[in-house]
Amino acid sequence: MESHDRAEKCKEVFSLLSEYLNLELPPDACQEMEAHIAGCPPCIEFAESLRKTVDLCRHYEPSEVPEPLGQEAREKLLEAYRQMLRSRNKASSSKTS
Amino acid sequence: MTGDANAFDRFVEHFRARIFHYSWLMCGQREDAEDVAQDTLLKVFESFDQLREPERVRPWVFRIARNACLMKRRKSVFAPEQELSLDDFMPAMNHQGGHAKLQIADWSALPDRQVMQSEMKEVLDRAIGELPENYKSVLLMRDVEELSTLETAQVLDLTEDVVKTRLHRARLAVRQKLDEYLRTDAGVLANQTRGT
Repeated sequence: MESHDRAEKCKEVFSLLSEYLNLELPPDACQEMEAHIAGCPPCIEFAESLRKTVDLCRHYEPSEVPEPLGQEAREKLLEAYRQMLRSRNKASSSKTS
Repeated sequence: MTGDANAFDRFVEHFRARIFHYSWLMCGQREDAEDVAQDTLLKVFESFDQLREPERVRPWVFRIARNACLMKRRKSVFAPEQELSLDDFMPAMNHQGGHAKLQIADWSALPDRQVMQSEMKEVLDRAIGELPENYKSVLLMRDVEELSTLETAQVLDLTEDVVKTRLHRARLAVRQKLDEYLRTDAGVLANQTRGT
């Protein structure tokens, strides 16, 4: 019976692990989870593998990189940017007057 | 104008690469990703006055990028969304001599925040690239772009609970792919090399 309860707890940890790693669990649930993990080597091992997965994703940059921005595309963007600045200046000067 | 031009270049340089990466992983086509990056930045400048909270520029930009991606998507909008089940990612357990042991790779030698070797990067490219779209978009927003749960929900038009559920399953799917790699000869070798 005890091992069944333990397995059920392992399943619960498994299903809530991301919320635990994201610090999104309520304090009570978090404490309960930590108490179980501390005495459960398989849960420690699995939690560590998931934590490292998240860490790899956070430092991941895809192999594919964009081509350098072409002159024509840059001109188009720069014109839109200048237009945006003109509109903002116009809006702020009409507010002050 | 020089100051403005510098601000422009910094903004474009920062966001263009990030939008390209996001759309390359979502659309799967380099040409589409280049178009989405350009279209998004144009739209950003054209509609900047609609940005109500300047400190939330990143989620706002990614919402525009996400919409541009949807426009490019070649798949039918009626295609069913694929669901990932939690049970598929629960690792098997061995019981030997009264001790329970997970049937997973040895992750202990994988250092934190390592400079990713090209092979590992390719494995991650594939693991993320092969996720169903509805999971991939959440993982990219939450773990790669590091937006909050709320911001991700707003970008993708989802509830926060759905974001949490999909993020967990996406992470488990990526973890499983990395685990499979770490259990191959190449993965064991790469892991040992990093660990020494």
